[in-house]
Order: sequence, then structure tokens, then C-alpha cells
Amino acid sequence: MDRAALQRRLSWLFGEVVEVIDETARVRTLVMEVSGWPGHMAGQHVDVRLTAADGYQAQRSYSISSAPDDPRLALTIERLDDGEVSAYLVDELRVGDRLELRGPIGGYFVWDVSAGGPLLLVAGGSGICPLMAILRHRSAVGSAVPTRLIYSSRSLDEVIYRAELDRIAAAGNGLTVLHTLTRSQPSGWSGYGRRIDTKMLADAAWTPADAPLTYVCGPTALVETVADSLVNLGHDASRIKTERFGPTGG
Amino acid sequence: MAFLNRGFKGRPRDPAQARRLPPGQHQVRDFPVLSAGPTPDSSLSEWTFTIGGGIDDIRRWTWEEFRALPSETITRDIHCVTTWSKLDTRWEGVSVDTLLDGVDSAAGYAMAFCDGGYTTNVPVADLTGGRAWIAFGFDGQPLEPEHGGPARLLIPHLYFWKSAKWIRGLRLMNEDSPGFWERNGYHMYGDPWTEQRYSGD
Repeated sequence: MDRAALQRRLSWLFGEVVEVIDETARVRTLVMEVSGWPGHMAGQHVDVRLTAADGYQAQRSYSISSAPDDPRLALTIERLDDGEVSAYLVDELRVGDRLELRGPIGGYFVWDVSAGGPLLLVAGGSGICPLMAILRHRSAVGSAVPTRLIYSSRSLDEVIYRAELDRIAAAGNGLTVLHTLTRSQPSGWSGYGRRIDTKMLADAAWTPADAPLTYVCGPTALVETVADSLVNLGHDASRIKTERFGPTGG
Repeated sequence: MAFLNRGFKGRPRDPAQARRLPPGQHQVRDFPVLSAGPTPDSSLSEWTFTIGGGIDDIRRWTWEEFRALPSETITRDIHCVTTWSKLDTRWEGVSVDTLLDGVDSAAGYAMAFCDGGYTTNVPVADLTGGRAWIAFGFDGQPLEPEHGGPARLLIPHLYFWKSAKWIRGLRLMNEDSPGFWERNGYHMYGDPWTEQRYSGD
């Protein structure tokens, strides 16, 4: 992205919700048409602002889950316990409602085909969202960059984008999707059944000699474990990009 | 008529605490962790803190020398650009005034540099006058690596990305120059009270 584009002030825009997709019991995707949207790169985020009748405003950051190639903007939001903004977005917002947002924000945790690969994507829970934008962009432009996604969820019911991940992995263009389910596994489950650890990364990730470009997004504990393990396995720390979702964020 | 979100009420607000929150911020009680890459592994025996950049006498402290400097306890509110604020955080650190004492420089800016390659730019005026510290303790404990230990910059009056984790020194500069996040879309100065979050704000 050129510097001139970054210097322009990001003004507040209106997104109109045109579709709502229930991804899991606690996670919902809001698909919006945003008039004046300047375009984005896979991995970037937006700030969303809610205004109450008494003028009170609350603001949070959410990753964009749609590809830059998609004319509609998608945010996938997990309802957090006691989440002031997320509860409203997941439970209250309806098709036809408008939402104030500004972005895109962030020029580091981003990928486009010119950045190449191979790609290693590691996600925990709703940390899949910016990585999904990367996978969708990769599919949209017909890229065959060798890519591995290691995705940790608590249970099969909590896997976000499960059907779409199955579909794009089956397309046979160099994407491998590996799931791990940390709390409960259905009978006959053939994927991993534990938290991501060094052994899993040694088995499933690229080797340091492959020099993957790595994006890790999820709760702090997962990101710390994955990034530390990859560095200990000999991966170049400067090719590991991280983004952390704590319980905070509301 | 300003835009309203139908049915949005927000959390009950405590007016006394609300006054301490800059616009667009909300209060948290935990301590979120945000960094762009892996947490570096710093060995204290190899740790040094360096002040350089256009000065004849480069200043350098080992960990023991640094810890022997006078330190103070600092209680401040901190504000992260990702919209969380944490009130009354308690740190232990060495004032940057102490480190810059006797340094002969008219530089107006400094680049903080860190293990892991992170950098951030700050005006010298914001690093001095009792407004910035190199912090090595949090809440009575040594600062944990994921929060920037062994030592991080602490500049509570600016957005918290300026309080660089894993700091190893300051490079004095005559002209302002963007650091890591400042090259990636974030504001050059970062005043939370005027919401200087992103370039152009």
C-alpha cells in the first residue's frame, strides 16, 4: 500500500447489513455494503462504532473476513461473555440496519499473492477471521501457493467456516486444512484432539527449510505457544506475524 | 440528528471512571497482550540499554548497571489504540530523565529500538520531564516477557504502542521518522485524548 493512501484520514463510513450468517452458536457474520469503501488487503481490520440514544459511543476493532476481491465487506464476530459491542452485533443487528465503521486498518498482518509462500496459517477460534480473508483472496485470484492451515477449535460445532474450508481444501490447489478439537471430538474423529503444541507443529507445519510465511491469530496463550514453538523448531522469527485476540475486546 | 444504533444501550457507566477514559476507549480489568511477532528471548547477561544517535559519548548500561540506577514506582492509566484502557496500572522503572541526564544533544526526536526489531518514534519532549520510564516491574513483580520484560518503555500519556516492549535503547534523531506501526498506518504521535489513532487522524 502506498504511503499517500495511508496518510489520508480514515473517515467514518456507513455499512448496511445485507446478509447475516449464523456460523456457530456464538459467532455470526455480518455482510455489508459499504458506500465509499476504499478496498482492503487480506488480514486488515476495521473499527466499528456504536452510538446509544444518550450519545454514548463504544468502539471496537474487528478483522475483515471477506476477500479484497469481494465487493461486499464481511465481519465475523464472536459474542464474548459480557461483550458490550459483540453482544449487540451478534444478537441485535438485523438485515437493513446500518453500522458506522472506518478502515481498512493495519499494514503488517496482511497478505496478497505478491508476498508468495509457502503459507502457514495457524488459527485459534475466531482468530480464523483474518486468515479466512487470506484464504478467500487466494481462492479468488486462483493462486496455488502451497498453504497449510492448522485450526484449533473447542469442538466440531465451534468450527467457523467449516463447510467452506472443506470445500476449498477439496479443490486440490495446494491447500491443506488440519483441524484440532481441544475439548471434545466426535466419534471416529481423525484430526488432532489437543491444544496446538511443538510436536503438532513439527508434524504438520512446513519445515524451517521451506521458509514459510506464517500468520498466527488467536487467543494470547495460543499465539505465544505457536510462535515460541516455531522459533524453537528453527523457523525465522521475522517471517512469523502474529495477531492476538484476548478475552478483552468486548 | 446524529446517527444512533437502534436498541444499543452500552454498559452502565461510572461517571468518575468515564472521565478518565479518552474518547472511544473502554475500561478493562485484565491485561491484553498485543505484539506483531514472537516474544523475544532476552538473556539478562547479554542485555544492554544504549543511548546513541549523533552524540559523541554513546551511553550503555548492562542489566546490573541499569538496575542500580534510581528507580521509582509509577501509577498511571494506560490506553491502547485497540480501544482498551486500564486504570491505575502500577509499574517500577527508571525515569528516561535519569538516562538522558548529561547527554549533550539537541535532538528533537528519538527512535526506541527493541529485541525482535520493533521500533517506535517519540519526541524527546515526551520522553522527558517525568513523563516516560524504562519499566522493569509491573504490580510488584518482574515484568513478564509477554508484557515486554525484561524492560519496556512506558509513556502512559500516549497510545500504548509507543510504550515499546523489549526495549534496548533510544536512537536520538534531529528529524521525526516513522517506527514500525507508524509505517503501517498508525499515527506519528498518538495522543489518546485527541484520538490520534491512524495516519491522518
